[in-house]
Amino acid sequence: MVSFNLLIAVALVYVAFLFIIAFAAERRAERGREGWLRSPMIYTLSLSIYCTAWTFYGAVGYAARSGLEYLTIYLGPSLVMIGWWWILRKLVRIGRSQRITSIADLISSRFGKSTPIGVLVTLVAVAAATPYLALQLQSVTLSFAVFAEGSGQVWGEQELASAALWVAIGLAVFTVIFGTRNLDANERHHGIVMAIAVEAVVKLCALVAVGVFVVWGLAGGVGRTLDLIDASPISDWTQPGGRWVGLTFLAAAAFLCLPRMFQVLVVENADERHMATASWAFPLYLMLMSLFVVPIAVVGLNLLPAGSNPDLFVLTVPLAEGRNGLAIFSFLGGFSSATSMVIVSTIALATMVSNHIVVPIWLSSRGTGAMVSGDVRGVVIMARRLSIMGVLFLGYLYYRLSGGGEALAAIGLISFTGAVQVLPAMLVGVFWRGATRWGAASGLVLGFAVWMWSLFLPSFGADAIIPHSVMANGPFGIEWLRPQAFFGIDGIDPVIHAVMWSLLLNTGALFLGSILTFPLPMERLQGAQFVNVFEHSPNARSWTQSSAHAEDLLITAQRILGAEEAQTLFQAEARSQGKAGFLPDVTPGFVEGLERELAGSVGAATAHAMLGQILQGASVSVEDLIKVADETAQIMEYSSQLEAKSAEQERTARALREANEKLTALSIQKDAFLGQISHELRTPMTSIRSFSEILREGGMPPTQQAKYAGIIHDEAVRLTRLLDDLLDLSVLESGQVTLNQQDGVLRDVIDRAVDAADNREGALKIDRRRSEEGVELSTDLDRLTQVFINLIANARKYCDAQQPTLRIKVGRHEGRRVVDLIDNGSGIPEDKQGVIFEKFSRLTDDRKAGGAGLGLAICREIMNRLEGDITYLPGQGGAAFRVTLPSVE
Amino acid sequence: MARGMGKRVLLIEDEPNIIEAISFILSRDGWTVHTHSDGETANDRIKATPPDVVILDVMLPGKSGYDILRDLRADPATAALPVLMLTARGQTRDRELAEQLGASEFMVKPFSNEEVLAQVRTLAGG
Repeated sequence: MVSFNLLIAVALVYVAFLFIIAFAAERRAERGREGWLRSPMIYTLSLSIYCTAWTFYGAVGYAARSGLEYLTIYLGPSLVMIGWWWILRKLVRIGRSQRITSIADLISSRFGKSTPIGVLVTLVAVAAATPYLALQLQSVTLSFAVFAEGSGQVWGEQELASAALWVAIGLAVFTVIFGTRNLDANERHHGIVMAIAVEAVVKLCALVAVGVFVVWGLAGGVGRTLDLIDASPISDWTQPGGRWVGLTFLAAAAFLCLPRMFQVLVVENADERHMATASWAFPLYLMLMSLFVVPIAVVGLNLLPAGSNPDLFVLTVPLAEGRNGLAIFSFLGGFSSATSMVIVSTIALATMVSNHIVVPIWLSSRGTGAMVSGDVRGVVIMARRLSIMGVLFLGYLYYRLSGGGEALAAIGLISFTGAVQVLPAMLVGVFWRGATRWGAASGLVLGFAVWMWSLFLPSFGADAIIPHSVMANGPFGIEWLRPQAFFGIDGIDPVIHAVMWSLLLNTGALFLGSILTFPLPMERLQGAQFVNVFEHSPNARSWTQSSAHAEDLLITAQRILGAEEAQTLFQAEARSQGKAGFLPDVTPGFVEGLERELAGSVGAATAHAMLGQILQGASVSVEDLIKVADETAQIMEYSSQLEAKSAEQERTARALREANEKLTALSIQKDAFLGQISHELRTPMTSIRSFSEILREGGMPPTQQAKYAGIIHDEAVRLTRLLDDLLDLSVLESGQVTLNQQDGVLRDVIDRAVDAADNREGALKIDRRRSEEGVELSTDLDRLTQVFINLIANARKYCDAQQPTLRIKVGRHEGRRVVDLIDNGSGIPEDKQGVIFEKFSRLTDDRKAGGAGLGLAICREIMNRLEGDITYLPGQGGAAFRVTLPSVE
Repeated sequence: MARGMGKRVLLIEDEPNIIEAISFILSRDGWTVHTHSDGETANDRIKATPPDVVILDVMLPGKSGYDILRDLRADPATAALPVLMLTARGQTRDRELAEQLGASEFMVKPFSNEEVLAQVRTLAGG
């Protein structure tokens, strides 16, 4: 017999192995070497999370109890995969074009990005998945118990419960670590997908190994096995055809609707072509998984004493034969099946719960909505982590409450039936533009209620929740509401009864509701985009031209996507519009693209609501609706050539407009520049002349004399500094400056700048991460220091916060080293950001600040000479400057 | 030598050293000098306590001296008030603009103290 401790050790080593695999895959993906991580084989293997512990252990039990019926569970998904061209391809295309994060997101998005629909689907999904999660915990716990029994301890309820708890905690840790590394649920979880692909191989090999052992080791070959099967009651064809068709349909529907399947099929799909491979490879995988189920069941029934649990034959047959190695392998197979399902399922559910329930509540509880301070990402990630723990805890709770006694197959079917309540809303929504959110909601609610009443609640056993009398006579004696005989139609199998009625009423309510209610503009738009996803590019605008400030949008985007990513996105858009800097024009196309990016992180409904707040409801115009309604016009309009041309023209026009503005501004500037110089020189000269005349006349007390002489001196210094700056600038501008190339480290440059920036009183707090500043430089260090001195001095002079603080952080942007200097004052208004680098562009007329408004102009010239850059970085709260360091070869 | 004889001058200027210099010169000559540094509230200040002469700088925070002058001339109560414009931008265009807007006199910085004094005396006497 295998010692129990050895088993624990093996399980832990296996888990550690999975950790390493997952880490390695994440690292690989981070370094951009995704390569085979995105291969069709990995995709196919990841689909195998369909085969849970229910399939691994339960299929044998199922076969032992109900014969060949277990095949329906494999048949349904195989049909879906073989027919991927019709349904799956469309879902994947929609998923990618709308950046869908979960099945709740898909349906909420289709019905006008409706938050309530998202909540509804999430609740249905969580309710349906909870028993299934419990089932996985149960199967792992039971398999531990088998080995514990083997080493002499018989586990009571206490041990089972604590084992289940530890398994749940372990899974939560793994899922939190690898499932919430990226916020963007749309970005693939490479680590997890890789780990479940490995687990897919392990469980297949384990089951085949047990099968081979049973056929050739115990039964004595293929012929003998077939004889045994013939002799066993399993091969009797006793099931009615209706149940076969019903269960096959149920499995096919569940394959599409289970949150975890949607996650791997649609969300983690990296390439539509992978489906073509999976369309034959996945049915093949399922066939191999099911090949040895009957032989194991038959031999198990013959070999083991009557009353043994057939759900555990895969373990107990090798153990009974003393094949410990095989038994451990088989245990790992079951362990893999359970864990991979739980991990993916939990991620999918947690994404739904956090995006559709927690974050909307959090946002609305803040009152201020999208314009909150702080980083939303932290909140979303925390919400997702808590949701993962919450979902697992629910599973554990169900396991404890249900007593863990039921046959695995029964729980599986109950859970499937709950999950497929989402099917009508999903399929009808994707194929029929007329479906409305009221239809979808009423269908979901009705289907869910029927499922609860006719299948879920009765599953706890007679009298557990629903009293026996209600089962027999209906609630309050209403005969036609009997849980297992709706409308008085008796004698249907309970599962088929529940599937049939729930889906029938669900679909009926969906159609009726859709016909009776009128869709919102947003629903029409989304409906058209979903149904016609192949016909036209996603171009019907859901945002009209709005006066929203690009900076507000950037602030929100940074909070969700993170600063670096949001800045890159905005900069790229600005560049494609032919503009410099970080702030593009707020065009409808840009807002729509941005919304989709945000939706990848927080779901369509939340993203839409957040942007809606900034744009103040500047959504869907009448013109847009006419476009959607009129198909022919649409086709003409989307003729891609036209579009490319007009986009090109727009770009050129924008570039021309900017160039013209620049030219006009330049000639005005030249005049203004001379006027400015005159002003800046004459002002100190006025004081000097006036006071020297006063002193010359004499006849005043010595203290006053000294004071006036002091003023003359100060103004002379100011004049000299101004001339120095002007000369410096003109030398820099003419390009005649000689650079003094030196090697050094950024940290020393900033140290020198901080010392020199005249901050002796310490009025400005400087917040640095010195450890990040070890950047090697090879440039004119004195000039670079001059730039930092200027920026620090500016913060000291102009930052208007109570406790002025300047944050200096080093980062990377588009592959180059950047230093951001961000203060906590009120920043620079958007309309002034364009001019601050111009000469004499003082924002305040505050002469006490002492400069002539040349500092930033000099900084810009210096950075140009050094082949770096300096830009204003909008959306940081205070004034923020980004110095892009000269690159080092 | 004192010719001011208690007459009031309002100096609208934001450069502290120039304020000090002009105040000194005029006070010594017997003028009562009030100062004001903010462009935006300058018109209110003039209306509240009308001086005998206004010395008005062009570059002021909040509102330019030209705008202040335009508003003064548009208001019957101050339309005839003597205004001496001071500017550090000595281009012809600036002088033309000042005259067009109705400045009584126009001086370019830096000025000689005597000249300022003479101008103020003329304006107050006239």
